[in-house]
Amino acid sequence: MTDTVHGSPNGSGSASLGLKAKDFKTDQEVRWCPGCGDYAILAAVQGFMPELNIARENVVFLSGIGCSSRFPYYMNTYGMHSIHGRAPAIATGLSTSRPDLKVFVVTGDGDALSIGGNHLIHALRRNVNLTILLFNNRIYGLTKGQYSPTSEQGKITKSTPMGSVDNPFNPVSLALGAEATFVARTLDSDRKHLTSVLRAATAHQGTSLVEIYQNCNIFNDGAFDLLKDADTRGDWIIGLNHGAEIRFGNDNSKAVIRDPATGALSVAEGVAEGDPRVVTHDAHTEDPSYAFALSRLSQPDTRLSPMGVFRDVTRPSYDQLLNNQLDKAKAQAPGDEDALQALLRGKDAWSVH
Amino acid sequence: MAALEFGRELDAQLQLGTNVFRRRTARMSTEVQQLDRVVIRIAGDSGDGMQLTGDRFTQETANFGNDLSTQPNFPAEIRAPAGTLAGVSSFQLHFADHDILTPGDRPDVLVAMNPAALKANLGDLAKGATIIVDTRDFTERALARIGWTSDPITDGTLENFTVHALDLTQLTLDSLAGSGLSRKDAGRSKNMYALGLLSWMYSRPTEGTLAFLREKFAKKPEIAEANITAFRAGWNYGETTEAFGVSYEVKPAPLPAGEYRNIAGNLALAYGLIAGAQRAGLPLFLGAYPITPASDILHELSKHKRFGVRTFQAEDEIAGVGAALGAAFGGALGVTSSSGPGIALKAETIGLAVSLELPLVIVDVQRGGPSTGLPTKTEQSDLLQAMYGRNGEAPVPVIAPQSPGDCFDAALEAIRIATVYRTPVFLLSDGYIANGSEPWKIPEVGSLQDLSVSFLTEPNGEPGPDGTVTEFLPYLRDPDTLARPWAVPGTPGLEHRLGGIEKADKTGHISYDPDNHEFMVRTRQAKVDGIIVPDLVVDDASGDAKVLVLGWGSTYGPIGAAVRRARRAGYSIAQAHLRHLNPFPKNLGQVLASYDKVVIPEMNLGQLALLIRARYLVDAISLTQVRGMPFRAADLADMLQGVLTSDD
Repeated sequence: MTDTVHGSPNGSGSASLGLKAKDFKTDQEVRWCPGCGDYAILAAVQGFMPELNIARENVVFLSGIGCSSRFPYYMNTYGMHSIHGRAPAIATGLSTSRPDLKVFVVTGDGDALSIGGNHLIHALRRNVNLTILLFNNRIYGLTKGQYSPTSEQGKITKSTPMGSVDNPFNPVSLALGAEATFVARTLDSDRKHLTSVLRAATAHQGTSLVEIYQNCNIFNDGAFDLLKDADTRGDWIIGLNHGAEIRFGNDNSKAVIRDPATGALSVAEGVAEGDPRVVTHDAHTEDPSYAFALSRLSQPDTRLSPMGVFRDVTRPSYDQLLNNQLDKAKAQAPGDEDALQALLRGKDAWSVH
Repeated sequence: MAALEFGRELDAQLQLGTNVFRRRTARMSTEVQQLDRVVIRIAGDSGDGMQLTGDRFTQETANFGNDLSTQPNFPAEIRAPAGTLAGVSSFQLHFADHDILTPGDRPDVLVAMNPAALKANLGDLAKGATIIVDTRDFTERALARIGWTSDPITDGTLENFTVHALDLTQLTLDSLAGSGLSRKDAGRSKNMYALGLLSWMYSRPTEGTLAFLREKFAKKPEIAEANITAFRAGWNYGETTEAFGVSYEVKPAPLPAGEYRNIAGNLALAYGLIAGAQRAGLPLFLGAYPITPASDILHELSKHKRFGVRTFQAEDEIAGVGAALGAAFGGALGVTSSSGPGIALKAETIGLAVSLELPLVIVDVQRGGPSTGLPTKTEQSDLLQAMYGRNGEAPVPVIAPQSPGDCFDAALEAIRIATVYRTPVFLLSDGYIANGSEPWKIPEVGSLQDLSVSFLTEPNGEPGPDGTVTEFLPYLRDPDTLARPWAVPGTPGLEHRLGGIEKADKTGHISYDPDNHEFMVRTRQAKVDGIIVPDLVVDDASGDAKVLVLGWGSTYGPIGAAVRRARRAGYSIAQAHLRHLNPFPKNLGQVLASYDKVVIPEMNLGQLALLIRARYLVDAISLTQVRGMPFRAADLADMLQGVLTSDD
């Protein structure tokens, strides 16, 4: 059926379909806890979809298991709520065989980084055409409050009464370690920033990973308050804007600087204007170690949070490379009925009369 | 020959027991004896090219028109230490002037390339068998390494056999003197020297092998030439020396008219998937992770992109089946292939496929278990895993091919059931038929079953007040098949969400309603139970049998051969073989009730017997073996005879 359709699913540039946010709402009652950060993300995604300008039937939301993974039920597109951790694998089969579709994966910190860690890193290294939205609330919500692979060390939870002894993953570092071609971080409550990151992520060819800090108001309330409070956020959010100096702080006096001798990145305070050590963000830097170094600014002080697009580089997508091989094989010799008959006959057939 | 019907007793007149029936035809300088069948085994180190040698001899035998059956046997280690018992690789070929069912119980001829190959295979040989052995490595040290304190060639160990002890390595080197090749490279052609000698002994054609060698080594003409020279030298050795006083002929077998090729099970299975996808009009998507003995399916399908075949070598078994299911959601024919350990990992995703009610073909090329078990050896011990190896009530149809060539038809049948009933389907092959080969009557593509699939393109709900239908009900079922519609992304108006959480009837929305769950569980079961499968055909040649032998999968050949023996010995015995394990054929209960005794031979500890007993309350007699090898026809015949003569 569609195995010859290789058109890009990106609708930008074509005539507006006139879609509205409400066109993407389903008749299903949304069943997240009142106050959950997931509501804000859902509203932002539904609000962004008309801009994406892709017909609803050509969009698929796939998810695993967890609170965030209920997301597809609330999007009036095609969707699948699959099993724990496996959504990137299922999405790989769908995206690869249907390059005409726009495929989203919605996942959480437990789903993507614990049970599904293997599928996540392999989707990233292959660069399958997927937009992965990773809702990180640093807790297991659906199973009622156990620590997750992004929970901070020492965290007291139902399964860690004396505090977690696990060292957490930094999802952005992990993705960059897998040489992801697009990695970004945003915040559930900052609709404008979230939308701008979605815009960049969906325009990307290949896998785009968007980590969304998301508040679980039941089991891990306030995890990101420092980044939300107007009094503190300026001190802890390191805004990443392609082509701009990486400066932050309420008077822009803090900056990410590069050590001229070692090339190492660090945060400095009281940095004067024109200081040549200040890094100008280049998301297109081929070497992933630059973006990785940005992601490590959160260590050891995990309150420091670079936000925005860390890395956005061009590499052929897995789907494109595989489908090119199919096209090439078909161009060399079509796979019609005669070809199939010849295949079955092989080289060493004999006749019995 | 799978293509032949049960009960074909052609060989009854030709074959006397297990002994080779010989007839002298002519006295020339070399005597030529007529044989009706021969079993040859070629054995050496796993790096000696034994599988290649066997393949070539098989191909010439096929071209000559004999019926045949083959069985490779190799260690899991890629290159075990040379000269050790663990490193012995062998290839067995049974060929005949009549239809045969198995690769043969005991070789009539053994070609052993070193002491380990002789020792590992000696116990399997038929009485009075011929042994051709390369004496090159029969040093005290090499013999001691495998536990022989004296030379078996001279110490009487082989006195009941006809032994041709030759320094095959030296003969090969001599034939290549002046070729300019190093001794090491020249010595590597000794398998071709042996093949030449065997080809002379059994009057095989040679053109195919010469052409094969030229093509295989097209980029290294000096190697091609060396192999051809060694091959010819081997042939001439037989022809000119007096060491071999006799050569043999096995006349072509009277197979049904048609075009044939030799085919192994994994290849036939891969071709069946390609052909089935084409007949269904669906692009084929294989998600797989490498695993013995199923990897050849991945290798083969990866070559056929021009047929729209996408192969995805996944990061693990779970991703393999997940990607296949994702492709199925998108409207492809999703397939995953693996073996027992991999199937265990896929269980959760197969359960999801049951819940989503999407087509999916799961190929399990079974091997010895549990755990890693015996990767290169055969077993039928995944039947219960396929039936029940998932959480919840998760019925999955199960079918099994009965011979290498039959893997093609079984693949088509799996695709039929998967697409018509929107369900995952298990296809249970095993290492024996996956790697074994037989002549296969090449089907006409145009005459294969039409498997075309139609996707839903319009909403299917109740009309609204204005008479138009806008509602789509993803779980509204076809009343005949109970299948739900296959509505693929890209179809306007049919946007819907699926999931592994229990779904409400018709709408597919999340539902925790007790009555709905009861209904959905029973409906999914009823759908699988209601799959239409052909009735079981019983071969009861005499019509008065009191004992039925029931098998499934790859035991078809050994059971058939054992039944022939029992009948030749004067017993009445009926045979039936199951392709469909879930659901069983509708007439199975009636068939079972028609016999006083039901015997079920299996390469496990009685898994089909358990199902039959539970389902039909029949006191089935379970005959089992788990040696990593197929039943020997003679052993099975003895076991059957025990049942036939027992008063119980």
